[in-house]
Amino acid sequence: MNLAATGLGVAGTLGVVSALAGLVVPRGARAAVVGTGTALTGAAGVPAGVAALAGQSFSVTWPGLLPLSGVAFGLDTLGGLFVAVTGGVAIAAGIYGIGYARHGLQARATQAVFPLFVVAMLLVPASASVGTFAVCWELMAATSLLLVLAEHRRRPEVASAGRWYAVMTHLGFVTVLIGLVVFAAHAGGDSFAALRSAHLSGATAAAVFVLTLAGFASKAGILPLHAWLPRAHPEAPSHVSALMSAAMVNLGVYGIVRVGFDLLHGGPRWWWLLVLALGAASAVYGILQAAINNDLKRLLGYSTTENLGLVLVGVGAAGLFAASGQRVLAGVALAAALLHVVNHAAFKTLLFLAAGSVLHGTGTRDLDHLGGLRRSMPVTTGLFGLGALAASALPPGTAFVSEWLLLQALIHGLPAAGVATAVAMPLAVAAVALTAGLAVATFVKAFGVGFLAKPRGTGAAQAHESPPSMLAGMGLAAVACGVLAVLPATVLPGVAAASGFGDPTTGEAVTLRLADVAGTLSPLVLVLALVAGAVITLALVRGLLARRARREARLWDCGAGPMSARMEYTATSFAEPVQRVFDDVVRPETDVDVDHHDESRYLVQAVAYRRRVPDRVERRLYEPVLAAARAWGSAGRSLANGSVHRYLGYGFYTVCGVLILLAVTR
Amino acid sequence: MSALGVVGGVVQPLLVVAGSPLLIGVLRQVRAKLEGRAGPGVLQPWRDLRKLLLHKESVTPRGTSEVFRYAPLVLMATTLVVAVVVPFVTTASAVDPVADLFAVVALLALGAVALALAGLDTGTAFGGMGASRETTILALVEPTLLVAIFALSVRVGSTNLAAIISSTLDDPARVISPVSLLAAVALIVVIIAETGRLPVDNPATHLELTMVHEAMVLEYAGPDLALVELASAMRLSVFLGLLANLFLPWGIATTATPLALLIGVAALVVKVGLLGAALAAGEVFLAKMRLFRVPELLAGSFLLALLAVAASFFLA
Repeated sequence: MNLAATGLGVAGTLGVVSALAGLVVPRGARAAVVGTGTALTGAAGVPAGVAALAGQSFSVTWPGLLPLSGVAFGLDTLGGLFVAVTGGVAIAAGIYGIGYARHGLQARATQAVFPLFVVAMLLVPASASVGTFAVCWELMAATSLLLVLAEHRRRPEVASAGRWYAVMTHLGFVTVLIGLVVFAAHAGGDSFAALRSAHLSGATAAAVFVLTLAGFASKAGILPLHAWLPRAHPEAPSHVSALMSAAMVNLGVYGIVRVGFDLLHGGPRWWWLLVLALGAASAVYGILQAAINNDLKRLLGYSTTENLGLVLVGVGAAGLFAASGQRVLAGVALAAALLHVVNHAAFKTLLFLAAGSVLHGTGTRDLDHLGGLRRSMPVTTGLFGLGALAASALPPGTAFVSEWLLLQALIHGLPAAGVATAVAMPLAVAAVALTAGLAVATFVKAFGVGFLAKPRGTGAAQAHESPPSMLAGMGLAAVACGVLAVLPATVLPGVAAASGFGDPTTGEAVTLRLADVAGTLSPLVLVLALVAGAVITLALVRGLLARRARREARLWDCGAGPMSARMEYTATSFAEPVQRVFDDVVRPETDVDVDHHDESRYLVQAVAYRRRVPDRVERRLYEPVLAAARAWGSAGRSLANGSVHRYLGYGFYTVCGVLILLAVTR
Repeated sequence: MSALGVVGGVVQPLLVVAGSPLLIGVLRQVRAKLEGRAGPGVLQPWRDLRKLLLHKESVTPRGTSEVFRYAPLVLMATTLVVAVVVPFVTTASAVDPVADLFAVVALLALGAVALALAGLDTGTAFGGMGASRETTILALVEPTLLVAIFALSVRVGSTNLAAIISSTLDDPARVISPVSLLAAVALIVVIIAETGRLPVDNPATHLELTMVHEAMVLEYAGPDLALVELASAMRLSVFLGLLANLFLPWGIATTATPLALLIGVAALVVKVGLLGAALAAGEVFLAKMRLFRVPELLAGSFLLALLAVAASFFLA
C-alpha cells in the first residue's frame, strides 16, 4: 500500500463515516461534525493525489464487488491531479460549511449526502474500468442533485433548476455510457488497460470520441449543453456551488483528456478542432452572459462556462499539435489547460464561498440591490476582491499565469502549422483575448457594484460579517490563489506530469521559462516590481511633495444636496454598453412602460423599465425541442382518454398486429 | 541583468516621468496653434502638477473606501513598472522576466481597472458611467491588441519585447512588410482608444454625455489628482514609445556607452514627440465619435490585425 492508495482509502472511509455521522448526530452539532469530516476527507485526498502525481500509482481490483464487471480502482498522474484539486476544494468547502450550514441546511439528508458527494468526486478519477467509472459518475450526479435540491422548500426556483440538472446530467451520462460501452465492446474488456491496448477503426474511434465528448462537455458546462449550469449553481447552497463549480465540472475535462489522449491515443485533427471551437465559443458566450447578468451566483456560474471553455481551448490546441507531431507545443498547451483547471478551482472556490457569505449577510444575490459591503463585511469584501482579481486575467492574478501559458502555446503553433491550424490559432487568440477583456468588465462590475460605494438595498444596508469558520474556508482558498498567482512553479511540475508530455518549462523556482520555445515570465518579480513602484510613489508624494494633510469632504453633488443611493450606477446600467455592443448576440428583451399624466401627454407620472436577457442558445435550441415534446405529449393524450374499452381495444389490435407480423415474417 | 539593462531601467522611468507632461504640453500647443489660439505653452502641464502637488490637499469624499484612495497609486505603479521594463532607450530590459508583451499590456489594463473601480467606489453617477464606458472599451480593445501582438511575435518566435526589437534592428526590411504595416495601423487605433484620445474620447471635455476618462477621476483633488494626471500622461508616452520602438527601433542604445545612451534618449524623445505632434494634428480634424460607434472602429482595426497574422503565415 503506497501513500496514494492509503490516502484514497482513508478519504473514502472518512467520507462514509461523516455521512453516517450526518444521519445520527443531533441537529445542533451536525453541521460542525459533517463539515469537519468533509474537510478531513479532502485533506486525505490531497496527499493521495500529490503522491500519484509524484509517481506512486496503484491499482486494485475487486472482481466480486459489482456483478458482471467487478470494481477496479487505480490512480495515475492524470487522475492524481484531479483527486488533489477535488480534495483541496473539499477542505475549504467543508470548513466553510460548518458555519454556513447552520442556517437552515442541517436537514439529515443534506448533511449526509455532502461528504458522499466529495467521496464520489474523489473516486471518479480513480476509477480504472468502465463499470466502476459509470457507477462513481452516477453516484456523483445523484448526490449533487440531492444537494442542489437542498433548499427546495424555501425557493420554488430550486425545483426547476433541479429538474434541468437531473435531465441534462443524465442525458450526458447516457451518451458517455454509450460511447464507453461501444469502446469496451470493441476492446473486448472493460478495464481501462484493455481499452488502452485496443485498436479501433477510425469510424468507431470517432463515434466513441464524439459521444463521450458530448457527455463530458455537458458536465463541464460547455456550449450548447451548458443550460443546467447557470440554473443549478446559483440555486445550490454556496459551499455546494463551490464544490460543483470548482471540482465537479473539472471531471468533464478529465473525461475528455482521459478518453482522447490516454485511451484513444489522440486522434485526427478534426476532433481537436471541434474541441477547440467548442471551447472558444463557450468561453466568449459564457463571459458575455456573465458580463450582463446581475445575479451574483449566476454570474459566477456563467464564468465557470467561460473558464472551462478556456481549458478546452488548451486541450483542443494540445490535441491539434500532437496530431501534427509538435509534442513540445502540445505539452505547453495541455499544461496550460490543466494549470487553468487548478487555478480556476482555487479562485472559483473563493468567489462562490464569498458570494455565499454575501447571501448569508444580506439575504440577496442581486447586484442591483447590493453595494456598500466594504464597511459591514470587510473580510468578505477583501477576499472577493482577491478572487475577482484572480478571475479577471490581470497580473498579479492566478488566471493571468495560465492564460499567458495558453497564449504562448497558441502563438508558437502558427509557423509550423497547416492551413486549418493557421486559421484556428489567430481566432483562438482573439477569443481568449475577448474573453479576458470581458472578464475584466464582469469582475469590475461584480466587485465594484456589489461591494463598493453605498448600499443599494435594505439587505445590503443591514449586512453583517460571516462567522469565523466561513471566513476560514474562504481564507484557505485565498491563500491557494495567492500561492498559485505568485509561485506557479510550485504546481507546474505536477501539472506537467499529469499532462503526460513532460515539463514544458526549465523548472526554475521563480521564473517560468519555456524549455524549447521562447517565452519567459516571472509573476513573483512582477509583483515585487509593482510593490516597489507603489512604495516609491507613496514615499515621494506623501513623504516629500505633498505638504497639506488629506481632508474629508462631501461628494460633489452639483450643490443639490446629498446624493442618495438611488443615484448610483447599478449593475444593469454598468453592463448596458456591453449589452448594447453585443445586442445581436444576446438579444435582450426590454420593456419600457411610461404612464402619462391625465392632463397632459408631456407630463410623465411613472416609468417602468424591465429587462430580461434570455439565454439565446437555450431559446433557439432547447425551447423548440421542449415545445415539440410538449406537442407530442398533448397529441398522445387524446389516445388515452380514460376509457377501459379503448385500452382493451389497443391491446387487442397490438396482439393482432404482432401475430400478423409473425405470420408474414416466418 | 546586464549593465545596459540596469542603465535603461534607471534612465527610462526618469525620462518618462519628466517628459510625459511635456508631451501633453506639446500636444496641446500643437492643437492650439493649428486652431489659431496662442496656447498656454509647453510647460503648462508641469505648472498644473506643481500646483496640485505642492499647494493643494487631497480630498477623500465621504463614503469612499481604500479602493478610491489607493487607485492612483496602483495606476502610477503599473505605469512605472512598464516604463522600467519596456526597452525604450536600451535594447536590454532591466527586468527581463516581466518584459513580455502580454504582461506589459495586462499591466496597463490593471491600471485602468484600478481607476474604474475608484470611479465606482465614489457612488456617483459620473463615476459609474466613466467606469462602465472605460471597461467596455477595454474589453473590446483586447482582441485587437493581442492579435496584433501575435502578428508581431510570429516572425520572432517570442513575445519578449527585447527579442522583438532586436530582431527588427537586425532585419530592417521587415518594417515595410505588409505584416508590419497592417499591425501598425491596428495598433495605432488601439492606442488611440486605450489612451482616450479623439475620436474615442475627448481629453478636454467635461460634458457628461462625452466623458469617459474624465468622468472616473472627477472626485480626485490635489496630489491624488496630480498622480492620476501624471500617470495618464505617462501611459500616453509609454504607448507611443512602444509603437515607435516596435516598428522603428533605430537609435536605441545597444551598448552602455554614454554616447549611445544619449543618442537613445534623443531618438526616443524625437520619435515620441513626432508621433505626439502627428496625433495632435490629426485631432484637429476629428470630432468625437458616438460611444456606440467606437466598436465599429475597433472591429475594423481587429480585422487589420487578423489580416496581419494571415499575411505573416501566407506570405512567409
